[in-house]
Amino acid sequence: MTVFIIRRLMQSVVVLFAMSAIVFFGVYVVGNPVEILVAPDADEAERARSMAALGLDRPVWAQYLAFVENALGGDLGRSFVFGIPAIQLILQRMPATLELVIISFVIAIGLGIPLGMYAGYRPHSAGAKAIMAGSILGFSLPTFWVGLMLIMIFAVELGLLPAGGRGPVASFLGMQSSLFTWTGLGHLFLPALNLALFKLALVIRLTRAGMRETMLLDYVKYARAKGLSMQRVVFVHVLKNIMIPIVTVLGLELGSQIAFSVVTETVFAWPGMGKLIIESIDKLDRPVIVAYLLVIVVLFIVINLVVDVLYSVLDPRVRLAAKA
Amino acid sequence: MPEAVLPAEAAEIPARGEVTWLRFWREFAESRVALAALAGVILVVMAALLAPLIAPQNPYDLRQLDILGNLLAPGSRSSTGYTHWLGTDDQGRDMLSGILYGLRISLGVGVVSGVFALLIGTTIGLFAAYAGGRVETLIMRIVDVQLSFPAVLVALILLAVLGRGAEKIVLALVIVQWAYYARTVRASALIELNKEYVAAARCLAFGPARILFRHILPNCLPPLLVVGTIQTAHAIALEATLSYLGIGMPLTEPSLGRLIANGYQYILSGKYWISVYPGIALLIAIASINLVGDQLRDILNPRLRR
Repeated sequence: MTVFIIRRLMQSVVVLFAMSAIVFFGVYVVGNPVEILVAPDADEAERARSMAALGLDRPVWAQYLAFVENALGGDLGRSFVFGIPAIQLILQRMPATLELVIISFVIAIGLGIPLGMYAGYRPHSAGAKAIMAGSILGFSLPTFWVGLMLIMIFAVELGLLPAGGRGPVASFLGMQSSLFTWTGLGHLFLPALNLALFKLALVIRLTRAGMRETMLLDYVKYARAKGLSMQRVVFVHVLKNIMIPIVTVLGLELGSQIAFSVVTETVFAWPGMGKLIIESIDKLDRPVIVAYLLVIVVLFIVINLVVDVLYSVLDPRVRLAAKA
Repeated sequence: MPEAVLPAEAAEIPARGEVTWLRFWREFAESRVALAALAGVILVVMAALLAPLIAPQNPYDLRQLDILGNLLAPGSRSSTGYTHWLGTDDQGRDMLSGILYGLRISLGVGVVSGVFALLIGTTIGLFAAYAGGRVETLIMRIVDVQLSFPAVLVALILLAVLGRGAEKIVLALVIVQWAYYARTVRASALIELNKEYVAAARCLAFGPARILFRHILPNCLPPLLVVGTIQTAHAIALEATLSYLGIGMPLTEPSLGRLIANGYQYILSGKYWISVYPGIALLIAIASINLVGDQLRDILNPRLRR
């Protein structure tokens, strides 16, 4: 187990370095940030001064070495646009993204598992067919367009919920979040629902497939023969077993959900990390782009590792040591 | 290590030629949903191919635009007496024409990037399966790492790095997709490599290229067809998303995603048609390609054979 984790951590460090190099050198080729950040009517001397201030006058490899050196010390450079450390900028925006992702997961699981269980329990009923048709739509509809439609219906036509923005935040146990105010929750609902749709379709499919396979197994027949109620068999015996693949897939999807929030945040003007990265790409704010990507890579690596470990805890049949 | 040889499914080998196609078609047509989806795909492809002929207006010909007739509601008549069935956008462009041309660009980008990704991914996948050993491990590790990141994120990074333009977005979509094809082809090629006909071809001293492309590749086509269909739908959706985010196709070549993005600001004032109709066109395209892909998978997967 320990060997497995250490091996995975070492691989992760290699991936991290490779990504940082690819991204850094790539972003360097994009264009000359000076042209965007220095006023167009600035004279040569002023340009040179700005370039020196931003460290752009040094050769690429020297900039990269300085970057790695600083990165190891937790400093990923300063945003050209905001003038504050890039990592600080990203961490400021992170809670907004995380609350969006968490609520969307709650929606996806809370709705997806019951719907999927029903669809798997009575696969030929009209309700099950409607649920499956809905899940195909969930896979096919582009997230951003659904977001626009949600705004159109709930904010413009019905006027029930706000069209965008994060709303007020409140402090609870030292955490700042819009989860703790009613208006904040109203602002959160549409973006979270939008972000949840794709995962909802996925959970429905996984649960349904799990249900259909598991219901045929001998232990289910045995439990029924023993005289247990169908409810108990389904909600205790079967549910436990179908949770294993769902937990694994959802764990791995947590990272992709953070990435997908880029789209939802742009649609709903949600001030999270995703909106920040789009704005930074627009303004060629290199340190922020690089820092965002490194933060995402770290998140991914941590999530994948945790899921692998969790998997072995949930399912004793998986032997990690054998794989390592 | 190559995987175990599957038992030969002698009974499953169909007769050659037309009979195979007929049987294939009959199995496909068993599902009415799949037939409807196929009709949808044909409709969308025809609309995209024939856009310049059937569109009422060329939306990029400035002489045909009437800026005073902008933001007209669906069904209203323009000053020239023409009825805009789907309304007009902020520049006075007919939405129906805009959608037909946009569909052309969206499908074009999806198909072109899909074909390049297929060619590159297939070649790399076949090569990995044939080479084996460290080369194979290295290639498959790269594939694994890439596939562990969501496509939208990889495309975003690439476009942040590459800059903007039609050829850049195709390149980004190719880089995002090749790994799926490589993985699929390698998996089927590993099985095929252990079969007797490959040994026979080797005994005849055929070169690796001939064995790979003439003998093994045709037997790997069914799974490739399925992955290709579903990936094309993904590529179209991904391009639309990137265009919506403002880092996709340039303004001069607006795909459906760009049209939807243009309508964003007008949604809040109740002018829904600029975003809604391109979205429906996009939905029809993506959903019908996905459904056709699903049905192909059901037919071509021997494990699901009834």
